[in-house]
Amino acid sequence: MNWVILRALISHWRHVPLQLFTLLAGLALATALWSGVQAINAEARASYAAAAETLGEGNYRQVVSVDGQDIPVATYVDLRRAGWMVSPVIEGRLDGVRLIGIDPLTAPQTLAAVQALDDLQVSDTNTIWVAPDVTLTLPNTVQIVSETLAPNTAVADIAWVADHLERQDISRLILTEDRGLILPPGLRFTEAGTNDLASLTDSFHLNLTAFGLLAFAVGIFIANGAVGLAFEQRRPLVRTLRAMGAPLVRIMWLMWVELAILSTVAGFLGVALGYGVAALLLPDVSATLRGLYGADVAGTLTIRPIWWISGLLMAIFGGMIAAATSFWSMSRMPILGAAQRRAWAVKAGKGRVWTAVIGAVLWAVAWAGTLSEPTLIQGFGVLAGLLLGAAMLLPAALAVILRVGQALARGAVAQWFWADTRQQLPGLSLALAALLLAMTANIGVSTMVSSFRLTFVAFLNQRLASELYVTANDASEAQRLEQWLTPYVDAVLPIDQVVTQVLGETAEIYGPVDHPTYRENWRMLRSVDDPWARVHAGQGVLINEQLAYRLDLEIGSNLAVSDTNLPVVGIYGDYGNPIGQIILGRRVFKSLYPASQALRFGLRLPPHEVPALTTRLIEEFGLSPDSIIDQSALKSYSLGIFERTFTVTAALNVLTLAVAGFAMLMSLLTLAGLRLPQLAPVWAMGLTRRELGLLELARAVMLAFLTGVLAVPLGLALAWVLLSIVNVAAFGWQLPMFVFPASYAVLLAQALVAAVVAAGWPAFRLIRTAPDRLLRVFANER
Amino acid sequence: MNVRVAFLCLMWPFAAMAQGFAGLATDAQGFAMPERGAALEFPRDHGAHPDFRIEWWYVTATLTGTDGRDYGAQWTLFRSALAPYDTQDWSSPQVWLGHAAITTETDHYAAERYGRGGIGQAGASDERLEAWIDDWTLSETGMSMTSGDWGYDLVFDQIGPTVLQGDAGYSVKSASGQASHYYSHPFIPVSGSLHLPKGDVEVTGQAWLDREWSSQPLAADQTGWDWFSLVFDSGARLMGFRLRGAQDFTAATWIDPDGTPTPFANGEFVAEPLEIAATDGGPIPVRWHVRLPRKQVDVTVIAMNSNAWMSVSIPYWEGPVYVTGTHQGRGYLEMTGYAEPDDEE
Repeated sequence: MNWVILRALISHWRHVPLQLFTLLAGLALATALWSGVQAINAEARASYAAAAETLGEGNYRQVVSVDGQDIPVATYVDLRRAGWMVSPVIEGRLDGVRLIGIDPLTAPQTLAAVQALDDLQVSDTNTIWVAPDVTLTLPNTVQIVSETLAPNTAVADIAWVADHLERQDISRLILTEDRGLILPPGLRFTEAGTNDLASLTDSFHLNLTAFGLLAFAVGIFIANGAVGLAFEQRRPLVRTLRAMGAPLVRIMWLMWVELAILSTVAGFLGVALGYGVAALLLPDVSATLRGLYGADVAGTLTIRPIWWISGLLMAIFGGMIAAATSFWSMSRMPILGAAQRRAWAVKAGKGRVWTAVIGAVLWAVAWAGTLSEPTLIQGFGVLAGLLLGAAMLLPAALAVILRVGQALARGAVAQWFWADTRQQLPGLSLALAALLLAMTANIGVSTMVSSFRLTFVAFLNQRLASELYVTANDASEAQRLEQWLTPYVDAVLPIDQVVTQVLGETAEIYGPVDHPTYRENWRMLRSVDDPWARVHAGQGVLINEQLAYRLDLEIGSNLAVSDTNLPVVGIYGDYGNPIGQIILGRRVFKSLYPASQALRFGLRLPPHEVPALTTRLIEEFGLSPDSIIDQSALKSYSLGIFERTFTVTAALNVLTLAVAGFAMLMSLLTLAGLRLPQLAPVWAMGLTRRELGLLELARAVMLAFLTGVLAVPLGLALAWVLLSIVNVAAFGWQLPMFVFPASYAVLLAQALVAAVVAAGWPAFRLIRTAPDRLLRVFANER
Repeated sequence: MNVRVAFLCLMWPFAAMAQGFAGLATDAQGFAMPERGAALEFPRDHGAHPDFRIEWWYVTATLTGTDGRDYGAQWTLFRSALAPYDTQDWSSPQVWLGHAAITTETDHYAAERYGRGGIGQAGASDERLEAWIDDWTLSETGMSMTSGDWGYDLVFDQIGPTVLQGDAGYSVKSASGQASHYYSHPFIPVSGSLHLPKGDVEVTGQAWLDREWSSQPLAADQTGWDWFSLVFDSGARLMGFRLRGAQDFTAATWIDPDGTPTPFANGEFVAEPLEIAATDGGPIPVRWHVRLPRKQVDVTVIAMNSNAWMSVSIPYWEGPVYVTGTHQGRGYLEMTGYAEPDDEE
């Protein structure tokens, strides 16, 4: 009997292939974006894990110097001779590739980097092992591709790396066996199993996941529409089956089976699509991660069970959610209940009030979420509440507007137009909700990106005040360079920096010289009067906003750097930097980190002298052209990184909008078939098919317009949440918000075009409907 | 093959290694070759000879504990050159390897350390007898090492006379003339403590230092050796080895109690296995019939602990032995080439 019932149920889809397509497409799109995003995340995480495994960070503690400087070879030898089981690593970048030098003699043999060297030819000192994606041009060097290496990584014997990076000192030591000895002063442990990259990039991936979820929600709206319609249309069938003796429980159970099958099919389609989306986006994502966090992520996608299985499960889960309300209402349907098709729409109208109430509650919850100091999860919770609440409030809001429209309308056709729109609203409200979400996300995200961009450009102009930046290869060249430059320029500003831990936070510490450049160009978010004077006098420190948030510091708070306790005298914006920053007076800096030697210098000179000095630096001093960057090049480089950061965001935006447009098309198409009985009388009373078609088109455009207008304030609210809550929680900086009315207008126009395209085909079909079909409406007994 | 084994292959003469040409002062890769008649000079020759391919500082000690039990201790530092020079940075082509062991009547503890030359992690002094790798040290005053939960600190009362092996320190290793520079300190009274997992044991005994360096020590067909250093109760010492190849090659040095050496050429020294025992490394001869007829030596050499198997990158057998027969005494036995590197358990 099961099979008979199932066949009867499935036969429905043969009559309405478009509905089947809508259901499958909705679920598939939802799954595609979700699993695409998950695929990207999984790829990135795998890359971080591989990078961490390269040096066994997951299993071995490591020793680094307290002040972030390299560890002298002599210190390493002293440790070994005192019984320390440590293995040296020299690490650096060669043409952007992470180059790792290990000592295979002392390194743990389980290290990925050591495993990669499996076929080491001892006497061949000119071999390096590279990850498949690495392309280095190295004369006289054999490059062996190793699949086991993390992306963008090359490994070689420590001697080769020391030679090519031109430094002998050690970046860090791997502790291969802990013999309970006490570490000498100046060195500290980093714990095993802490993956800096993973925690640093968490917010980025959470962002992507949020986008994936948003797209998933939009897709579920589409599927929900299709499922609801299908259930409604099958009411007569269900009634007949029950009248013939099939128990409701069994019918429902079989409908679950049917839905599970369809969801699985959609899931497979979605995962395949998702793979395409991810493969398309991944190069930009990895560029972003490299630029923003220095994280190396593979540029090619691997099919990993974690995302395709989760994608399939999400599809099935989504199908169930989409059908949940339909099942619920069917379970309560009396056995011989009226099988009118309109019942669906009418019921939806009644539910509108409840939906609106839930929407209002969600808004209230979201608002409450903004009151306390937010975490990242909380920030996304606020976003979800805001967006879902809006989607749920939309039908009620539109209903109110339409009622007003109807009240103002004069003339029979106009009044019919408004009334008919109102009665269509339930069938269209899910599609409109999808459109609302897509537009809101678009407005919100583009506002955030553009605000960020404006702030960032202004910030770059402040920060990159020097006309020319030069980098020396080593300390002795740096000293020569500084002396050589002094007569040619107005000022040489050494960029002297160490990276260390401050109260458990990784922070860069700078010790700039006393020069008006800083006083004139740096804008503080908050500060005491003349903060630079205090800093140079050794009476205070400046910190970036990130550090202030993370350590809960304010102006006047005391901050302990090494053993020195100084008050915070200024907090500055530091956009795009994932870690904390501290600025000390030159003298304090030098006393704390006497070994530090600036390798980079900012040069102040009249801009027109820049080309001449550049030439002189190359020809007379012998600095390589790669080591000289002028201000504009540096600015455009920084902006380039910034632009790529948001490529993915923009792409996902476009995709969401496309999905929403599709939802609208599908809703209109399914409604078109149902609406014939309502249109036939109007046609019979004298409106031509052409007029009717144009009215249909106008209706879609009007609804899209209304939704779009409502999306603007909502989008701005979204932008505010992103800028003031999510950003602070994710990156530790707050951004001022700027509004861009022109771009909202463009977006609105795009939405109208999408509506015209979506409504065009149904309207065209209406115009071309044969008159006898319209006539038949009157002949058919319904 | 893992990296360390690859390095190690260069250490062991029986590994695949370019064979030199006997009689020439350098081989094809520029390594120096041992020369008959080259006078050894001290303390300079206590230090490393980076222009030679391989070299070792090799100490074995037969010990007796205050608990009445017998023990053995080994301290070894190998040097292997990938090229015949040294530098003072990471690029040094000198690779160092330490082996150490304690043998008790029931257990055998073995450890190894690797180190690179050029930076000071491992090395040897030219000014006195002093060699080290990490925290393992050997000097005129003693030797010490630690590994995990065991180790030892042994003090040398003195290092005794220097004994030149072979022809004034030129020790021939095959019929075709392969040779090494080889000297010993076979009279080192030693005392100190063994740190064992079950607790410390105070010990006294006799240590024996072997120093050897070469670039072409074995002939192509030679697969391993059996090396005896025997300390007789009479005060005399006997060093003898058998190199196994197409034709076995033996050599020995009889050392009078005052340190006067008498070398014996190929064939005079005879060592024949009497009993093969199963060890962690497979079947190994643990009882030997050893003869040096010209010195009326006819003894049985028996392993104190037949399982003195060194489970290191390239494994071998090395442990203390008892001597009975015409002469009584104790000693050390090293047997290499019985297991292929890949047979390591």
